[in-house]
Amino acid sequence: MVTESPKIQVKDLKLWYGDFQALHGLDLDIPEKKITAFIGPSGCGKSTFIKSLNRMNDLIESCRIEGTIELDGRDIYSHKTDVNQLRKQVGMVFQQPNPFPKSIYDNIAYGPRTHGIKNKSELDEIVERSLKQAAIWDEVKDHLDRNALSISGGQQQRICIARALAVGPEVLLMDEPTSALDPISTAKIEELVAELKNHYTIVMVTHNMQQASRVSDETAFFLNGHIIEHGDTRKIFTNPEQSETENYISGRFG
Amino acid sequence: MKNTKESVMKGIFFLSACFSIIALLLIVIFIFANGVPFMFEYGFFKFIFGMEWAPTNTPATYGIFPMIIGSLYVTAGAAVVGVPIGVLTAVFMAEFCPPILYKVLKPAVNLMAAIPSIVYGFFALRVFTPLIRDTFGGNGYSVMTASVLLGIMILPTVIGLSESALRAVPRTYYTGSVALGATHERSIFKVLLPAAKSGIISSVILGIGRAIGETMAVVLIAGNQAIVPDSLLSGVRTLTTNIVIEMAYATGEHREALIATAVVLFGFILIINSIFLYFKNREAK
Repeated sequence: MVTESPKIQVKDLKLWYGDFQALHGLDLDIPEKKITAFIGPSGCGKSTFIKSLNRMNDLIESCRIEGTIELDGRDIYSHKTDVNQLRKQVGMVFQQPNPFPKSIYDNIAYGPRTHGIKNKSELDEIVERSLKQAAIWDEVKDHLDRNALSISGGQQQRICIARALAVGPEVLLMDEPTSALDPISTAKIEELVAELKNHYTIVMVTHNMQQASRVSDETAFFLNGHIIEHGDTRKIFTNPEQSETENYISGRFG
Repeated sequence: MKNTKESVMKGIFFLSACFSIIALLLIVIFIFANGVPFMFEYGFFKFIFGMEWAPTNTPATYGIFPMIIGSLYVTAGAAVVGVPIGVLTAVFMAEFCPPILYKVLKPAVNLMAAIPSIVYGFFALRVFTPLIRDTFGGNGYSVMTASVLLGIMILPTVIGLSESALRAVPRTYYTGSVALGATHERSIFKVLLPAAKSGIISSVILGIGRAIGETMAVVLIAGNQAIVPDSLLSGVRTLTTNIVIEMAYATGEHREALIATAVVLFGFILIINSIFLYFKNREAK
């Protein structure tokens, strides 16, 4: 593997919720324009960790963080960081599809409008491009004025992906994006994610081991707030170094 | 044995439920039976659109149009004053308020709803009337005074219901907005408030219902002239105050005309409640 400077570099990251320590000194490099999957049993800290990458944990009052996370070499927890700019750069897709109760068009245009784009033709263009990138344009192009809550869950999730892409992020965080969806919608999203990695750095939390092995380039295995093992996905799944990793992927616990 | 007890209890519950329905029915029958015949005897349009209310003239005239307009004016005024303040207070309480302040603010708002309306009226009589007289002119008994007072009186209704409407919006909308790089304020005003729209509209309509029905506070400060007000500083008489002012000494036809005024008021309340239910159902959907 060629070593280039990582898109995101995490050094000795510790995180507490009140007195409870959820992450115990994590170190991780996330490569650019690749898919990195986080796997591990419930409560292992993978969702907490992914939320640290765009500072969504800031919303939780009792949350305290030590260590550094660098995006392109800049510490995102520095006082100089504009959190809203950071979240523009690092988009997020959630476990439950959460489109706004607005039209499909307004859902996609919300982000660009937030960042100051008012020109109608420019917005039209962004909406169309984002929906195409999220592979849902053909399904919704004739009713962009329909309420986004009126379409199916799988379509809603692709709307949410399009919404995240519309602000022009460099990194896309996906927190179990398919766990609320049926197998066909899941397959569509996996296909889409594989396509998106040509342009975006993707970090994905998943409960589904097959999914991690199918779509990701690198995998990190989390357990009790530690990263037990991290590396090339094929290696993790065929020849893991740690016995805990092997036990987990072979289904002996979790 | 157990079955008898159960059916007895069932009967008691049923009777309790019937009680309020029967009370409502009796009220409706009473005001319609006493008011509607008068309306037709006197002439429906003459009554509703008559410009002159002069029960002591011979022959007496009973035109309630000035009172209908009066009620609409002060209610609209109350909405202009109370709705923006109420909705913004609800936003503050749901999204900005520090927990310590909330512990004071929430009971304070609830207490506002419990203050008897005559107390509000007395307060306005001693504070707003002179203030408006000195600031804007006129004698201080006016549409404006009544509007400001009613605006304050509908606050607890608007705040309470708008706040719960805002809190009922799924938090995932908020996190979705913040994750796109939107600020707290933008997420609230562009996502949460629109999502809570039906609930907020319901709160406004219920507040309007409260304003149009208010009597004792208004009678102290509105001036009570039975004229169509020509300015914000003009005196005004509402449907409710028309009844309370004259009921004590009214007899015969005059008395029936006052009950017919209540029929008209009842009509307004029915309309307002229907609109309320419409939005409430839309919200549930």
